[in-house]
This record gives sequence, C-alpha cells and structure tokens, in this order.
Amino acid sequence: MERITEHPILQPEARPPVNFTFDGKPCTGLEGEMISSALYANGIKIFSLHKKDSSPQGIFCANGQCAQCSVIADGLAVKSCVTPVREGMKVGTLRGAARLPRAVCVSEFGRVEELDVDALIIGGGPSGLAAAAELGKLNVSTLVIDDKDRFGGKLVLQTHKFFGSVEDCYAGTRGVDIAEKLEGQLREYPSVKTWSSASCLAVFSDKKVGVLRGDKYYLVRPKALISATGAREKSLAFPGNTLPGVYGAGAFQTLVNRDLVRPAKRLFVVGGGNVGLIAAYHALQAGIEVVGLIEAQARCGGYKVHADKIKRLGVPVYTRHTILRAEGKNGLETVTVAAVDEKFRPLPGTEKTFKADTLLIAVGLNPVDEFHAQALEAGMEAFVCGDAEEIAEASAAMFSGKITAHKVLKNLGVMVSPVPQFWFDRLEVLKSRPGAIGTPVKEKHSTPVYPVLHCRQEIPCNPCVTVCPRKSIKLSGESIMTTPFFSGDCIGCFKCLLICPGLAVTLVDYRKDPVNPSLALPFEIGRGLVKKGDKVRLAGWEGADLGEAEVLDVKDFKAENTLIVIVKASPETADLAVSIRLYDAEAGEKASEELKKAEDDTIICRCERVSLGEVRRAIRSGLRDLNQLKAVTRAGMGACGAKTCSSLLLNIFRSEGIDLKEVTGFTKRPLFVEAPLGVFSGVKCSTEAEEKASWSGF
Amino acid sequence: MENNYDVIIIGAGSIGTPLAMALAERKLKTLVVEKGASPGQGQNKCAIGGVRATHSDGSKIKACLRSLEIFSSWREKHGDDIGWRRGGYLFPVYTERDEAVLKDLLKVQRGFGLDIDWAGPEKVRELVPGIAEKDLRGGTWAPGDGSASPLQSVNAFFRRAVKLGAEFQFKETATGILSGNGAVTGVLTSAGKYSSAWVVNAAGAEAAEVSELAGVKVPVRPDCHEAGISEPAERFFGPMVVDIRPGDKSKNYYFYQNPEGQLVFCLTPQPPVWGRDRRSTSEFLPEISRRMISLMPNLASLKVRRTWRGLYPMTPDGFPVVDFPPALKGYVLAVGMCGQGFMLGPGLGQAVAAHIAGSPSAEDREILAGFALGRSFSGQEKLK
Repeated sequence: MERITEHPILQPEARPPVNFTFDGKPCTGLEGEMISSALYANGIKIFSLHKKDSSPQGIFCANGQCAQCSVIADGLAVKSCVTPVREGMKVGTLRGAARLPRAVCVSEFGRVEELDVDALIIGGGPSGLAAAAELGKLNVSTLVIDDKDRFGGKLVLQTHKFFGSVEDCYAGTRGVDIAEKLEGQLREYPSVKTWSSASCLAVFSDKKVGVLRGDKYYLVRPKALISATGAREKSLAFPGNTLPGVYGAGAFQTLVNRDLVRPAKRLFVVGGGNVGLIAAYHALQAGIEVVGLIEAQARCGGYKVHADKIKRLGVPVYTRHTILRAEGKNGLETVTVAAVDEKFRPLPGTEKTFKADTLLIAVGLNPVDEFHAQALEAGMEAFVCGDAEEIAEASAAMFSGKITAHKVLKNLGVMVSPVPQFWFDRLEVLKSRPGAIGTPVKEKHSTPVYPVLHCRQEIPCNPCVTVCPRKSIKLSGESIMTTPFFSGDCIGCFKCLLICPGLAVTLVDYRKDPVNPSLALPFEIGRGLVKKGDKVRLAGWEGADLGEAEVLDVKDFKAENTLIVIVKASPETADLAVSIRLYDAEAGEKASEELKKAEDDTIICRCERVSLGEVRRAIRSGLRDLNQLKAVTRAGMGACGAKTCSSLLLNIFRSEGIDLKEVTGFTKRPLFVEAPLGVFSGVKCSTEAEEKASWSGF
Repeated sequence: MENNYDVIIIGAGSIGTPLAMALAERKLKTLVVEKGASPGQGQNKCAIGGVRATHSDGSKIKACLRSLEIFSSWREKHGDDIGWRRGGYLFPVYTERDEAVLKDLLKVQRGFGLDIDWAGPEKVRELVPGIAEKDLRGGTWAPGDGSASPLQSVNAFFRRAVKLGAEFQFKETATGILSGNGAVTGVLTSAGKYSSAWVVNAAGAEAAEVSELAGVKVPVRPDCHEAGISEPAERFFGPMVVDIRPGDKSKNYYFYQNPEGQLVFCLTPQPPVWGRDRRSTSEFLPEISRRMISLMPNLASLKVRRTWRGLYPMTPDGFPVVDFPPALKGYVLAVGMCGQGFMLGPGLGQAVAAHIAGSPSAEDREILAGFALGRSFSGQEKLK
C-alpha cells in the first residue's frame, strides 16, 4: 500500500498533503483526493463493518454506485470513493448503522432551481463528450453532467493507446489523453456547459431531471435527453467474494491510474476480456505483480494483442479455468482456481491455490440504462449512446456519441438531413468483436530494415497504416477489421512501433550488422527496468521463450510515453520476438483437500449480505418474482438499488433450471444513488459540531 | 371438481391475503386470483407499515385493534419476523385548532377503549428527540400502536394461508364474475374458470372496475401518495409521527423508523392527485424535505434511498366499503381502504371470514356495521 511515484505513462501531480485521521490514527492524503484512495495509500483496506454480521467491508465499485466503501467522515456516513478528504477530517470505520448527527436548527430553506436546456447529456465519458462536441458545433444549448470531479469517464483510467481508426476515434492515442482532448474541445463551444461532480438522481414523470451538483439540487428540463451513462461491471458469486481486496477491475484502475495509489502487491484477475487483460497490464505498469489471470472460455474474449502483451511479459493466462474461492481473515490472502470441463464444471484434482492480496473481477459489463428507461417512460425525447446503449470499446462509444448527437440535432430541428448511413456502418465496424486469428508466417524481406507486424487477429484498428510516412503498411482488405501487412520501403522511423496500441510492431534492422540484426521492441512497463548492456529474455508468439539477448540501447520517446528497447538478435529470432519477458510464472500450490467452503455462504446481495443459500431456498420454495424475493430476503433492498445483485439473482434462477421467462424482474424506482434529504429543500442547518466550534472562541 | 371452491378472492394484497388466511383457518376451500406475480405486488408494497387503532370511528378502531393483536403476536405464534415494532403513534400539535380537534377526538377514541392520551410538549420531545420546539403544544400519544413490514407481513400471511390449504393463482386477471339466479357462481380469469359460492372483491385500487364485473357500482377511486425510504441509521426516535398540518402542496405526512433503522415516510398531496400513475414526480422530494426537516432538523443529513408512489383507493367519506350487497348473493366487497388496507387487513379478514362462515360474533358485526355500501357517504373521516 503506497503511492505510485514513478509510472511509465502517468506523471504524478504534485499536490499539497492533507492531514486527517482514521479511527484516531494520523494519516496523510493529498488535496482533492477521495477518502477511499487516501485510505488505501495509508494501508487501510477495511472501511466498515456490516450491520448484519459485522463482516469487514472494503472498496468495491469505487464509482459512487454501491455504498460498500462507506465510512464515517466528520460524523456523517459518506461514500468514501466520492468524498474528498479534507484537512483535519476525522474519518472512522462505519460500524453498523450510522448515528445521525444532531442538527441544532434550520437557518433557511433554499429554492430548487429549474433550468431549461435543449440537450442534457448524462455522463461525460467518451460518448457523452463526443455528443456534446457535435451539439456545440451547431450552438445547441447543452449541459453535460458527470458524477466525477473530472470529465472523461473511464477514459481517464486508460493508460493504453486506443484501437479504431485515427480519423474517427483518436486511435493510437492513450485514453487519458483522449479524455483531455475531448474535454478541451468543448471549451471551444460556448453553448456547451459542463458540470462535474453532478449526479443524476432521477428522471421524473413530469419530464424533469433531478441533478445533484455538489450539495445543490437542480431540476433540469431538457428538450432532449441523452443517456451516456456507460456501463457497470458484472459481479461474480463465489465463496469469499466480498472479502476486502476482492473488487472490480474498474475500482482497481481508479486507484492505480487515476489516483496513483498502489493497492496491491500480488494481484489475481478473473476474466480474459479486454477489461481484465488491460487491468492486468495496468497492474504491471504500476509495479504490481500479476500472479495469474483466468478465463472460463477456451480463448480470452479480449483482443489477442492485449492477451499477448501480458503473456509475453510472463503473466500466466489460464483459459478454461474458474475461481473456486477467495479466502482470508480480514482481507484476501489466497485465491483457489480450477480447470473446468466443457460445461464449466470444475475438474477435481486441478485445484490450485495462489497467494494474492487482491482479486479483480472482470467478467463483463452491463449497460447503465435506468435513466434512459425512465425518460422513455416519461415520454421525453430520449436518446442513448455508448455503453449505455451497447457494450463496446470506447472508440465505438465516441462514434456512437457523434451519431446520437446528430439524431438529436434532427429531432430539435437544427439539422434537416438524416444521419448518413455510412456512419452507422462505420460504428458497426468499431463495435466488431475480434475476428479470425492467423498464425505467424516467416516472410522474406527485400529491405535491410523492416517492421514486423505481429498483429494477426481481425480487430477494428488501423493507426499503423495511417502513420507510415512511406505508406508501406497496408490493410489486407478494405475494412479496418482486416490485418495489416508491410510492403514497400522502410526508413526505420519507429512511428508504427510507437503508435500500435497492441505493442505488436517490431523493427528489424540489418543496416549496421548484416548478420546479426538489431531488433527494436516497444516497451511501456517502466523506465529503468531495462538498461543498455542488460541481458533480457525475448518472448514471441503466445509468449514463447526465445532465449536471451543483449540490450544495445533504450530510447525514450517522451511524447509517446513509450520506450523502445533495442536488442541484438539473431536472424532466427529477429522476426519472431515481440517483447521482453519480465516474470516467471508461479505454479501455484495444490489446493488443500479441505472440503469446499460452504458455497451457500456466498454473498449475492452485498448491500444486505443475502447469501446464495437464502436465495436458493426461496427459489426452491417456488418463488419466481424478484420483488417477492426482495420482500422475503431483502436482496436488492440496499443502497446500490439492486445494481449489483440483479444479474447474479437471475443466474441463480438459471442454475436452478428455471426458465427466465417465468421470472418477474425488479420494479425499478428512483433514486439512482442516495442523497441527503436536506439537499432537496436546500436547507442550511447548523450541526452540533458547528455550534460547538462557533462557541469555542469564548 | 378441481376448480370448485367455497370462496374466491380477487386480489392477493393487503386485504385478500390475510382474508384467505382467515378463511382457510375456518376450513373453507379458498382460491385467490391475483394479476401480479406474487402477493402484495399492488399497493401493499407501497404501504408505509403503520398499524394504528387511533381512528375516529368504532368500526375501524375495532378492526385495527384486532389487526394489532395479530401483528404483535405473529412472531411468537408463527415464528416468522414481520418487522413488528410497538413504537406507538404520535400526532404532534402546533396550533390551537389542531389541539382542540385532537382533544375532542380523544374522548371518542377513549370511549372505544383505546389506550391514547394527551402528551405535553416535554413528553413529545422525549418521544421524538430533536422535534421542533417552537409552538409545540403537545400531541396525542397512543403507545399501543406500532408498525410492521408490509412486505414481510403479506408474505407471512401468504405462507400461512398456503399452509392452511388456501390456493393462489398468480399472473391471472379476473375477467368475469359469473352468476346465476341472483347469486355468484364463480370467476372467469385470463387463464381459466373457477366455481364458488362466494366471490370477494379485494382488488384494492382496481376495486371499482372489478365490481363492474359483478354489476355492482362502488364509489372507489384511487388517488396517489408519494413515499420514500432512507438509509438506515441508529435508532433516534420510536413512534410513527403524523404531522396533520397542511403544507404548500400537501396535507399531512407521516414517518417512522423501521426495525432496520430506515426512515419510511409518506406525504398526502394537496390537491389530490387522482389516477393510477405511479411514476415518481419531481415535486415530492422538495416538499417532503422541507416539511420533515422543519419538524425535525436532524433529518437533513439522512440520505434518501428510494421513492415511490402508491394508490389510496378512496371512498367519498374516507371509510372502507366492506359489505354483502343484496343485489348479488355471495358477492362480497372488501374495498375502498383509503390507504389503510395494510393495517385493516388482518382484522377485517377475520370479521369477513366469520360472516362468510355464517357465524359472526357481535364484534364482527360491529366492525362491518360502519362500512356498508348503502350508507350516505356524507360524513368525513377525521383522521385519514
């Protein structure tokens, strides 16, 4: 538990320290930092003790959506992940239900301000910001709100370069940098207002949208409402799934990449989609050991280049594996996994236990579509884009934001022509799931220096083609989904190496030594890890070990934040090696024979700590209505509003052999997130503490 | 014949479910037809949970005293937790007029044997620490009242009813009430046909439409009330607090802290919002926030978790209609609960079951006496 002071991509901002206490113990945070990150930086992972069973609770979503990170801050129960730490703040463990502070008197009530705009965009992530820019270009009065203190949504967590095409979605640029570009672009459009730290609470039936900005409540009346609300991570049910240290990849990326806090020493990842693969890579960049990554399918669902990046560095990727349990006393200590058969049932005898302090769950995303549904129900002009519409890459989200903005322009009468069809076609390409995988082929090269494109899976991506000054990199087909090939001459400018989001381009150079070529490899794990003269191990296709090589030079391309490591290669390995291998895989320990930890204890509803056993018993008694299940077990009644357990509950019905058509879903009601009663009337109260403080001078 | 029942109840809500339990207890073969997917999915789940005998008339007081008995002894008798808590009902008073009205009522209420008294300002402050003190004159205090979880209760009643042999058909809408020779013969639903000698309309907010199937007009029309629930907090007061003063856009409102520590609150809009629209409006939170915080500044920092709207099936005078209309033999009305179905349900269930079984006690008769369909509907319930 420490701060990340050196990072290959991110530069820690110098911020003044803030002194606060946790349960009386002095701690130091940084100005503007969220309490949760400050606590992690001080080695504190347990934030509360659950009211039902006093079990320790830590961070889970780090996104303001659940309330698992609640602590007491200056007498009030707050979500630590969205509450900034302040000088002198007294933070403490929340034990059970909080004590309500005594307010001494009401000084005054405020008025709820109502606001008219043409377009309200909920969510300032890639799709929302892209939509706002399009509306701004045509001077449409637009308000973009985001519940974070910074715009960009999940872009700000992405240190890797983006896929897609350069012209449509900033391919080849890092997510963090795209966020800045998109937000900066909005400043050129005076008709676009941006509110950060502004949460949407509800879309009401009278077509007003309740927005809480800081502690001021507004009712916004938009002519068109765009839900650019992104996605939430799916959860997973297994024994130990609520131990502190077990959380989502999004929360991890928030700690590591946004707040530069190193929350783990040894990390294990569940899920081989892009989110899990990238999170593992981000961990490596943050100097965290990645003990392993498991994927239930036979192949990782994410881009192959992402999987290959971590495999080549030495992270073991176990496909056809599942998590059996997480164990630990007051936090995660071990993770036990097993291989699975065709029906995803664990194979006895294949159990392996790994020591890990953090387990990331990256098993897919669900759209955050509640506001859009409410807006439709209210009969508003409702639009939706990005992940809220369909889960895809951020590159697709930006493009879908643009398309949605044009639909709004048409709807508002600002624009007459419909959205061109080829835009939709392009969006479809950007949303494409990865396609066929080719195998490496040895090619003959006629030039003394040439790039090797280790990019053999069809994904929507073309920056290498765009960037080559000699136009020597071409796609094998018309669509950006096709794989690139090299043909023509090469000047060895490194541009294709530096822009490739998959780090899948190397440069082989026979110009200095016609026998033993130099091989240039992109490297973005950390400066100082590899130096001139070092002996390194080379890794190739699927992480294959290609033996040792000597480092001839390390070039630091500051603008791209990428190192290029030049090694002395042999003609046999030069065309095959793609990366340096940094780690050796651990084998794990054979799991103890001890009986499986009671699966029935697995927590399904985290807020109310309702177990799998309780839910199963209810289902087996004939219950088929989630609302009745909620009434009987309290599952779904907690602070998060059933956002986490809904899909888990449906999975349990499925696993009990029940057709989901028989199951009645939850009735969804506002509010989306909890908000203090006082904000709705703009009340100014003085509290006991303030009263004492104001008298303390006498 | 399999589809043959003694009694068919339309509606598995606050009224139908405990009635099914009471009928099954009397060994009557009972079927409940419910259009929702499970019990209590109409207005029951919108109920706040207050159970009081503090009413202004004998019928409701007697019915609710019985309900109180059922709620308060449930756990002991049947083992399941229904969230019962005897927190009492407090009507704090800040105006001379309200004091006069409530003190007048006290005499009536005490006449019916209610344990209710006038509490002075100090007692009120003791019961609700942090309540606004300015102009506080005291209030009426009924320590025997309480609250229970509507969700848990209706499911507990449902389980018990099923255990006693009652049958429930969910996701089935009653589409016809069958009759012959001036008497009911059964119910037609979206899924089938069932015969019975008795059909009880316990359809809550849909009571008027369902009654048309029987050709009997009932003056029941729903209006809408908004409610909410907070995060849990350590217990900071005990009773259900009912503030009967009018607000800008509302009449009374009331709130209590449930056993989980959550504040549950509800507001009566003024003017009334008629109709069935149950989507939340933007008006509710600002209004209830101002009103509750004026009464109890402590509440300002308590976080609101969820809001919803529920329907009060209203009658012109604010009293239920529980009757056996002579126009159609075997047809029973248990409707128009005016938002009090949850607290009236168990008590009324016993009284109606006793009537159907043909052996009503004197008290069973007294309970139904005030709820006749043929009354003039000219009065007004004083403690709605």
